[in-house]
Amino acid sequence: MERTTLDLWVGLFVLAGLGALVFLALKVGNVGAFDTNKTYAVSANFENIGGLKVKAPVKSAGVVVGRVGEIRFNSADYEAQVVLNIGAAYKFPKDTSAAIMTSGLLGEQYIALEAGADNTMLAQGDSLKITQSAVVLENLIGQFIYGKTGEAGKSAAPAQ
Amino acid sequence: MLDGVRKLGQHSIDGVWRLGVAMRLFALTLLHSGICLRRPQLVMREIFTAGVLSLIIIVVSGLFVGMVLGLQGYETLQKYGSESALGSLVALSLVRELGPVLAALLFASRAGSAITAEIGLMKATEQIAAMEMMAVDPIARVVAPRFWGALISMPLLAAMFSAMGIMGGYLVGVVLIGVDEGSFWSQMQAAVDFRQDILNGVIKSGVFGVAVTGIALFEGYDAPPTAEGVSRATTRTVVTSSLAILALDFVLTAFMFRGA
Amino acid sequence: MRDNLVEIRGLHFAYGNRPILKGIDLTARRGQVIAIMGSSGCGKTTLLRLIGGSVRPTQGSVEVDGQSLTGLDQDGLYRLRRRMGMLFQFGALFTDMSVFDNVAFQLREHTNLPEPMIRDLVLMKLNAVGLRGAHGLMPAELSGGMARRVALARAIALDPMLIMYDEPFAGLDPISLGVTGNLIRRLTDTLGLTSIVVTHDVQESLKMVDYVYFISDGVVEARGTAAEIKSSGLPFVHQFVHGEEDGPVPFHYPAEPYGVDLGLNHA
Repeated sequence: MERTTLDLWVGLFVLAGLGALVFLALKVGNVGAFDTNKTYAVSANFENIGGLKVKAPVKSAGVVVGRVGEIRFNSADYEAQVVLNIGAAYKFPKDTSAAIMTSGLLGEQYIALEAGADNTMLAQGDSLKITQSAVVLENLIGQFIYGKTGEAGKSAAPAQ
Repeated sequence: MLDGVRKLGQHSIDGVWRLGVAMRLFALTLLHSGICLRRPQLVMREIFTAGVLSLIIIVVSGLFVGMVLGLQGYETLQKYGSESALGSLVALSLVRELGPVLAALLFASRAGSAITAEIGLMKATEQIAAMEMMAVDPIARVVAPRFWGALISMPLLAAMFSAMGIMGGYLVGVVLIGVDEGSFWSQMQAAVDFRQDILNGVIKSGVFGVAVTGIALFEGYDAPPTAEGVSRATTRTVVTSSLAILALDFVLTAFMFRGA
Repeated sequence: MRDNLVEIRGLHFAYGNRPILKGIDLTARRGQVIAIMGSSGCGKTTLLRLIGGSVRPTQGSVEVDGQSLTGLDQDGLYRLRRRMGMLFQFGALFTDMSVFDNVAFQLREHTNLPEPMIRDLVLMKLNAVGLRGAHGLMPAELSGGMARRVALARAIALDPMLIMYDEPFAGLDPISLGVTGNLIRRLTDTLGLTSIVVTHDVQESLKMVDYVYFISDGVVEARGTAAEIKSSGLPFVHQFVHGEEDGPVPFHYPAEPYGVDLGLNHA
């Protein structure tokens, strides 16, 4: 094989490989959308986070504005403390509320932000005061059953 | 009974011995890799034979694997009404597992066996001995460039496999079946993390590359210089490196994706 | 400058527990063609490997150009090997390179000569073996005799002081045989080399060698110039030179008496 053709092929091969990596990074992995140094962290306490996971999206009006950075258990008040990394480009009022929602019936869980009306904006290290916990399916079904059967259900259950 | 135990012992000693010889060759290869920087042309040649010539099988297999994933994934997801998650299913399975593992398995049988056969035959026809007599170290001149060439090729091939597979999944899922294109890509982007998934996939394929080329080079260098010896060594390369890939995959997965 | 290029004294060598060489003394003077003869499997090739330093003697010493091989590390050995050439039995050409690149191999590995000069040198070496026109061929396209001549051109690429030939005549037709024999003699004389030829082709080698060592059972059985060997009265040499079936080298591998093996006389 002529040396120049070989070099050309190897060059094309390496380019194609790197191109595939870039494709994976940008188109598949969505890299760099929220770089850690271009976000600010806000914390929020929830009674129950359900199936929320680190890296879950934070959306406002359906648009992804950040990601869940960290989930801790706060042993002082027995609540979950969630750190949200929000893109620096998105500003929210101080009285913004956070809710844990589910996309679709069985889809992944995300945090929805509802903007408030305060004049001061959220900054690094602030915490959200108004939160709404995840809807836990089991509780929902339980409520539904007990709501329907009423008092009869309550006395019937232990008798079994 | 006693004979069986004795055989077991013999095999164990033999295995440990071979492992030691392999590690020694590996260390010598790393030690003599300076030539690859001084003469990159040698590595280029090996990237060509190991990488470029494996391109077609990798691209075509990737495409088909992705298409099958698209079909099967759709069939299953559609039962739960979440066919919009097809993108993330295809991408995650390819980037995390199928891309690195299948590309490495194909690489082992395409390039690994070729490396073993070539070095084994060079030994059988005294080319290695001739090189030594010409005061050229065969580990630096023959083994090290092949090691680095194959090692560089492996992650690139795995990335191409994954990328082609995702295109295949897109082709079947979006173009043929009609899953919504927007949700296909956005769900994929929401689910796939660069560090956690893509980078770990690249690391995996790098580790597989070391394992496959290491085994292929050792088997070739260790092959008895006969027709039978070389053919057995070639078979052993494919079998051993396939097992090594799958076992390493389990270990790496356990470390990388634990708890995530 | 010392008169003897290669000096071997009291050389013993064994593969594991199997002794191959048991006390060999051998010298090769500069400018001579030395033949080492003996029946197949008597350790001739091992002797070449010992001179080349690929294996180490269990006892005794090998000196090449006044340097003892036993004390050399790999760097020293490689420095010495640049001044040695070896012709392997079937040429051992690099099958993935053309004839030209094969001959140029050592020049490219060991020197920083510019490509035009390498080209001139390679063509000169190929011309010396009569294959300048074949420089573009691949080794697979060569006949056995041509491959060996290319290997010879490769071996003399760096103008070595010593060339070792491992069975250069094996498997050649009579014409190639004569060509190769003449080539060894001519190259030795014109380039001022020293040649050590391991062979069992008595007739061809006796035409062109200066001195012959006969090795049998790990020791030097006989030695002398070509003329002395031809007229030698030693039974072993006589058997070898005239190719007789039975003699000091028996036709039969050592065995139990025939009758015992066949179970005839249980007595």
